[in-house]
Amino acid sequence: MSTAAATKDKSVLWDWLTTVDHKKLAILYLVAGGLFFIKAGLMAVFMRIQLMTAENDFLTGQTFNELITMHGTIMLFLAATPLIFAFMNFVIPLQIGARDVAFPFVNALGFWIFFFGGLLLSVSWFFGGGPDAGWTAYVPLSSGEYADLGLDFYVLGLQVSGIGTLVSGINFIVTIINMRAPGMTMMRMPLFCWTGLVISILIVFAFTPLAAGLALLMLDRLFGGQFFIPDMGGNAVLWQHIFWIFGHPEVYILVLPAFGIISEVVPAFSRKRLFGYTAMVFATLVIAFLGFMVWVHHMFTVGLGPITNSVFAIATMGIAVPTGIKIFNWLFTMWGGKITFNTAMLCASSFVPTFVLGGVTGVMLAMTPVDYLYHDTYFVVAHFHYIIIGGIVLGLLAGLYYWYPKMFGHKLNEKLGMLMFWLFYIGFHMTFFIQHILGLIGMPRRVYTYLEGQGMETMNLISSIGSFVMGAGILVLLINVVYSAFKAERITVNDPWDARTLEWATPTPIPEYNFAQTPQVRSLDPLFYEKMHGDGTIKPAEPMEDIHMPNGSILPFIIGLGLFTWGFGMVMINMENPIIPPAVVIGVGFVLTFGSMFIRSIKEDHGYHIPVEQVKKIEKEVS
Amino acid sequence: MSSSVDFSKGLPSHPEKATLEGKNKFLGFWVFLGGETIMFATFFGTFLGLREGTAGGPTAEELFSLPLVFIMTMLLLTSSLTSVLAMFSMKKNNHKSMLVLMIVTVLLGAAFLGFEIYEFVEYVHHGLGYTTSAFASSFYTLVGLHGAHVLFGLCWITTLIIRYSRSGITLTNAPKFYVASLYWHFIDVIWVFIFTVVYLLGIGGA
Repeated sequence: MSTAAATKDKSVLWDWLTTVDHKKLAILYLVAGGLFFIKAGLMAVFMRIQLMTAENDFLTGQTFNELITMHGTIMLFLAATPLIFAFMNFVIPLQIGARDVAFPFVNALGFWIFFFGGLLLSVSWFFGGGPDAGWTAYVPLSSGEYADLGLDFYVLGLQVSGIGTLVSGINFIVTIINMRAPGMTMMRMPLFCWTGLVISILIVFAFTPLAAGLALLMLDRLFGGQFFIPDMGGNAVLWQHIFWIFGHPEVYILVLPAFGIISEVVPAFSRKRLFGYTAMVFATLVIAFLGFMVWVHHMFTVGLGPITNSVFAIATMGIAVPTGIKIFNWLFTMWGGKITFNTAMLCASSFVPTFVLGGVTGVMLAMTPVDYLYHDTYFVVAHFHYIIIGGIVLGLLAGLYYWYPKMFGHKLNEKLGMLMFWLFYIGFHMTFFIQHILGLIGMPRRVYTYLEGQGMETMNLISSIGSFVMGAGILVLLINVVYSAFKAERITVNDPWDARTLEWATPTPIPEYNFAQTPQVRSLDPLFYEKMHGDGTIKPAEPMEDIHMPNGSILPFIIGLGLFTWGFGMVMINMENPIIPPAVVIGVGFVLTFGSMFIRSIKEDHGYHIPVEQVKKIEKEVS
Repeated sequence: MSSSVDFSKGLPSHPEKATLEGKNKFLGFWVFLGGETIMFATFFGTFLGLREGTAGGPTAEELFSLPLVFIMTMLLLTSSLTSVLAMFSMKKNNHKSMLVLMIVTVLLGAAFLGFEIYEFVEYVHHGLGYTTSAFASSFYTLVGLHGAHVLFGLCWITTLIIRYSRSGITLTNAPKFYVASLYWHFIDVIWVFIFTVVYLLGIGGA
């Protein structure tokens, strides 16, 4: 067994490629997700430029189709999911008092597979254009007859990145159930951990149908399967069912962690404990449960019959109840609190009314008869952007400003933060509120232009200007990140916000082992409890000992690369004249992937120990 | 979270769950199997939805023969039994008997796979290609995916047998053998459903 010396003498690049530390992987997720977010955001700006005036020819219809598809796909799979994983990776082990996740190797594996899957989807631009069938890829639009190579990249890229998401989800479940510190019972876990647990379960049960559905589409497109071809006994509606059995829970996979972040930020800056903690946990579970039985509300106009539609309409409206419980609990947490309105709290508190607007239109859309009017109009676009931006993005921004000092050792600038918030918030409502009305007067979604004289010019112009303002807000955020990295004051205290939960009991910067001694948890909001009833420090649950750490490994990177190669080889089957035979590329990918798994399986890696003297030395340095 | 285990009385009675790593593997693998279940459920649903869609090609009633499927079922069920017995040997710290039983499991699994390949070749000769109809595609995908799982399981268990042929049972390899045997059971359970949903319903014409 090697000693701590094994960790030194690594180049920076090699260290980041081989890391299995949850804090470093969190930063990798944050950077990768952030880049994908900016890419997909720019696509949205291009689409708004196209729609700024009637009969505009800034983009062709084909390019517009590719942009709507890539915007939606990237935002959901490659931006929102990894950004949420960034916070889950960083915060959950700290909040439950663990040294790392249950499977550090699998954690790195999840990141690299996601990353290479995203890369596979993105290289489609260089091979004849992106996928163009919408992010839902309905057949027959996505079948071999109508869609080109881009859709093969879509199918295989998402297949690969989905594997990464799935293994990360399994990892979080085991971490939260098995790795909690002594005294950290389930009902003392911060709400962010609860939502993390629940969405990980949703990932396991929702991403697997997606994997199956994508496999079916791939088999249809590459190997002549007949699943979705009615002439050969297939069924086109089958794809819609499978997609939405995944697709609806996916919405909750993204929004529940945002709820979790809000439930951390609001109590911290209201200086009160979270109102109705038990009800919040219960509501989270109910939302997750109901989330699996509402998928048909995306298919009301397919014609499944009034009974089916009614059942799913009622289930959909039912979700408003637990969500409403959450909204009231956040309001009651703020009620009578000593509120500090910094950027994090502004994002978190403005989330509440914005999300309510999205929820109200959600209930409107759940009413089947009128859904025939709303279906496939801008009303739907406005609705889900209120949920996704007003819910998820505001939650992520709140989390970014809140946890930034712990992650990077300095706060983000507050003045620039305020500027970002107001630009983003005003721009957001300007862009999307008016789209409700555009939808109600009949503007269809996913269409690249509209005619003059239909009363849509002014509203589209306002919406486009709003999107530029929102883009300016994100630009200010980027400036803020760079500015603060150079100018902001370094944080040396453990707890810059005077917050409540266990992650703020660790030193800043956090040593790689997180806690020198596993903490003893005595209450909900453990740090706040110790401030009130103890001396403000968390009591250890074990004596100071040698700390066992996992070794880094390059294998996750190679497995990701192998899956990328495999996926690319699969796409090559449909290429006109590939230079190398596809079978060779597929074979190389196979060997890289399974070879790495084989090496991992036969080589026992017991990690290393940090000797107790060194732990004491590090602890002295950081305190 | 100390990982020290008391060895004074020999190997603990549940060597697969004695360490935190073992416990994590045990739970993580169960969750993984939960996800696999849902994935197979999707393929089952697809098959059930499309099994009437033969598009003029061969139908299930014309193709399936119960004697062959009966032999395959017996082979796989027996292999599942031997993998349970191997786990009993593991808990009794009888390394040799565990290895022998695992080898029997692999042999039975390989025989099953051989029959499955033979079956597929037969069907192709009877005119049921992968692209013949939606029924054909969904049949080959569901049963073929199960076959791929069997193949993966065979490679996995063989690797473990060779890697740990001399090491005795340790707290490191016990969880590995245990999850491999869990996986093998899972494959067996999926086959029971395939037997019922694909073959019995196909022949019974329900």
